[in-house]
Amino acid sequence: MAYRLSLSRMDELLEKMRESYTIYAPMRFEKRGRYSDTDLVRYDKIRSVRDIVYDEKSHFSPKEVIHPITQALFHFTEFEYRESEVDERPVLVFVRPCDIHGIQRLDTMFLENGDAADPYYKRLRDKVKFVLMECGKGWDTCFCVSMGTNRTEDYSLAVRFAGEELLLEVKDPSFRPLFASEKTADFRPEFVSANRLTVRLPEIKSRDVLEKVHALPLWESYDTRCLSCGACTAACVSCSCFTTSDVAYSENGRSGDRRRVWASCLHKDFTVMAGGHGFRKTPGERMRFRTLHKVYDFRARFGGADMCVGCGRCTDRCPQLISFAATLNRLSGEVDRLNAEAAAATGVSV
Amino acid sequence: MTANIFKPDPYRIADIVHETELEYTFKVEAGVKVDHGQFFQISLPEIGEAPISVSGIGRDWLEFTIRKVGKVTHRLFSLRRGDRLFMRGPYGNSFPLDEFRGKDLVVIAGGTGVSPVRSLLKHYFDHLDEIRSLHFIAGFKDRGSILFADDLKDFAARFHAIYTLDKEAIPGFQSGLVTEHIRKIPFAGFADYNVVIVGPPVMMRYAALECLKNGVSKERIWMSFERNMSCAVGKCGHCKINETYVCLEGPVFNYTKAEQLLD
Repeated sequence: MAYRLSLSRMDELLEKMRESYTIYAPMRFEKRGRYSDTDLVRYDKIRSVRDIVYDEKSHFSPKEVIHPITQALFHFTEFEYRESEVDERPVLVFVRPCDIHGIQRLDTMFLENGDAADPYYKRLRDKVKFVLMECGKGWDTCFCVSMGTNRTEDYSLAVRFAGEELLLEVKDPSFRPLFASEKTADFRPEFVSANRLTVRLPEIKSRDVLEKVHALPLWESYDTRCLSCGACTAACVSCSCFTTSDVAYSENGRSGDRRRVWASCLHKDFTVMAGGHGFRKTPGERMRFRTLHKVYDFRARFGGADMCVGCGRCTDRCPQLISFAATLNRLSGEVDRLNAEAAAATGVSV
Repeated sequence: MTANIFKPDPYRIADIVHETELEYTFKVEAGVKVDHGQFFQISLPEIGEAPISVSGIGRDWLEFTIRKVGKVTHRLFSLRRGDRLFMRGPYGNSFPLDEFRGKDLVVIAGGTGVSPVRSLLKHYFDHLDEIRSLHFIAGFKDRGSILFADDLKDFAARFHAIYTLDKEAIPGFQSGLVTEHIRKIPFAGFADYNVVIVGPPVMMRYAALECLKNGVSKERIWMSFERNMSCAVGKCGHCKINETYVCLEGPVFNYTKAEQLLD
């Protein structure tokens, strides 16, 4: 079922939904952007549909709702670790199609990798329902179509904003009673079917080619460009890495939190062990690691889709203007050449 | 709620042995089933967690030989017998004892790399009938960094042992890097055998190359990797190499796999 609602009517219903749900959406934080006089668009709890920034791409992804930037795992004393608690309320998040795919990638990492599900991820994830926001034409750094993440059916509600009105598809039956007396409409969300950017994915056909990809000089070109700041991985919806650290409540207190904090494979201490020995010492090597994880390793491990969902936020956030789409296209060109060389060497046609 | 895989449990420290100035062995009261080569996350409130391999396995205790080198280990060195520490585990795979059965075994270890193989060696010390022979090369930097001196004496009585110090020779220890002694192993005389190499990354790399040079095939070589880890359960991402997670598929890798792990 779908409905046509005025924003003020939607706000009345939102108020009712807020009795049982915590509702997150991209919001504008004025003058909080990276540069002077710019705004930041990131996720937070909304009180009104007018809070939702629907006509811009959020600078940060909705992953922080399920995988918070910092999260207390335990409260400790000298003698025990007590598990942190969590708000029991279910969560509704306004997201883009690519973000839904991105969160599915997080599901794979946190719920499937290893022998057991990550309890902290699961306890938030189980509560989450998605409100799909239409993208219209998308934005200039998007490449969801190339990644196959432009469409999804995995949502509870879908919304199109249209001035003082909105169109809402209600897919999840549990929401139907709330909208029972509203004016129905003929609405299904439309998905982006072409981006301005097209990305060709590298098709690494053999172990030998993979080794040559590791040795490509193209990675070295990032040694001077990449600042190892990790802005890309912080903005990424599918980046899941974290570091745990203990924080004492007071200087002499023997109690505190064990927290986990987002980590970045671009940071130079990501692989450094006690004593100082580390691996992947150059920005180029770390850029290679991130790139291959996004479009090769993840798929090699789990099958199915690539980890990157083409949201383009990494490109948007890079202070050095490194375009991930351009990086991938560049890599694919090199891989084509390596595949052709390998084929020529074995006498097999490509 | 799902069982909390991150929750450390308290264990009592039964004994602390000073191996060297910088390396202590902590004996912990723990009746946990552990396989040779596995590791635990040792956890200290206020400080954090670090992956530490098991150096000794008893019926109701475990030993960890720890080098004072980082935040967690610095605090550990201030603990006393009777204190509690927290840990969770065991994690990771282990040395393939079934594969070793009935064959000759060569163990090459350098420095703190002796710790992860010590329980394996102790096992074969007690069950030498499980394998045909054991050749053990252990290398340390200098006389001040020798670990498990008493164990080494025991092992020398039962195994074919070569002990070496990087730059000096003292009674019981020859001089030179472990790689210089590998050619003394009678690989050609073995019907079937395996080689275990554990130590710093550079030592493992060159020891493996030296083995290959002596005719050892890649399939016979096993290594144990050390990596930065926050979780040890395949979530944090720090130990990932290519599509492999060292905490899940390792830390023990056959060389045919290890040589494909490109950092």
